[in-house]
Amino acid sequence: MNEDAGPIFRQVADQIENAIVDGSLPEESQAPSSNELAAFHRINPATAAKGLNQLVADGVLYKRRGVGMFVAPGAREQLLKRRRSEFADQYVRPLMTEAQKLGIAPHELTDMIDRWEDPR
Amino acid sequence: MTAGSATAAATVQDVTMRFREHTALAGVTTTFEKDSITGLLGRNGAGKTTLMQLVAGHRVPTSGTVRVFGESPYEHDTALRNICFIKEGQRYPDHFRVKDALTAAAMLFPHWDADVAASLMRDFDLPANRNIKKLSRGMTSAVGIVIGLAARTPLTVFDEPYLGLDAVARQLFYDRLIADYAEHPRTVILSTHLIEEIAPLLERVLLIDKGRVLLDADAESLRNSALTVSGPRVVVEAFAQQHQLLHTEALGGHARAVVRVPDAAARRSAAESGLTVEPTNLQQLIVAMSLQSPASRAAAATAPTDLEEVPR
Repeated sequence: MNEDAGPIFRQVADQIENAIVDGSLPEESQAPSSNELAAFHRINPATAAKGLNQLVADGVLYKRRGVGMFVAPGAREQLLKRRRSEFADQYVRPLMTEAQKLGIAPHELTDMIDRWEDPR
Repeated sequence: MTAGSATAAATVQDVTMRFREHTALAGVTTTFEKDSITGLLGRNGAGKTTLMQLVAGHRVPTSGTVRVFGESPYEHDTALRNICFIKEGQRYPDHFRVKDALTAAAMLFPHWDADVAASLMRDFDLPANRNIKKLSRGMTSAVGIVIGLAARTPLTVFDEPYLGLDAVARQLFYDRLIADYAEHPRTVILSTHLIEEIAPLLERVLLIDKGRVLLDADAESLRNSALTVSGPRVVVEAFAQQHQLLHTEALGGHARAVVRVPDAAARRSAAESGLTVEPTNLQQLIVAMSLQSPASRAAAATAPTDLEEVPR
């Protein structure tokens, strides 16, 4: 985990969310336990548990008593929806700030996006 | 006998500790919650070791009360069996071999786990039959770590347990601490100067300076609480004035400041006013807070301070 990137519980939650979004942690599959997360990331188990509980509170994971945490049905769709709504704030805002600093007009930006070729 | 709160492993209430003219601790009050890992931080001479000695029952405070699981630990045999204090420069009897130290610990601590001790001995490559006096500094520290972890005491106190250990051995210590703690939660108090290494393991942070508590907080809330902003001096100054300024440096018209901020909105406002915003990790926050003189600290608590030019 990155000590410079804000609360660790949030990073744990983000990482599990990423795995759900990219499909490596499918719906109804079991999420790693807090102890597994603690050992892997070398973090306090309570912090790992806090990350998991956040996801339970968000409805992304659900608990099966005595078994563990599982990815909720519909979790991926829910995460995609939320991330799309946050996209403007997280990505467009810094883009616009930097563009303004450099004197790049909005129509020049849209041109750049239109001409953008996916390097992959 | 004071019962104490049900969730507290140890409580320190208005404790002052004087040694002749010197006041090591002045009115310290804090609680170490059950099943948590607290980092005890502070500069040399801040009073960390004294506080740990009090909690471990090795000393009696000049005034105030110390309770461990509801009882005063000093000269209290049953209380002391629940406490393992691993201190820097631990002395062992002259003839003691490594295995003698482990045998003694096994007799003293009721939850001693011989399997854990054996596997840690292998991890740290410790020679069971060697006289402890003949061990290197790092190996002596490793003996302390083996005892501290294998004791599985409800309260385990480590005073700079890593002295002389190389980076690999320290990593091993952190890994084994986390793994064993996850399976067998207990209360751990750990003093260290290697803040960056230990930070992710901590749940609580207790920072003391000149015998007083400077910061007693949840580690996660601290991770988000400070920013380093840099940019034109007037803009930095204007931003710092709205928040708690911890530390600042200026070079000509350019300035950098470490500022405690309440929320993400403050972070955004810094970025939008054209400042370069960097997150501030636990170590940087602790350093910035410890560097503040008591005078500027008092000023920062009440009113925003002016930026000071730092000569280079």
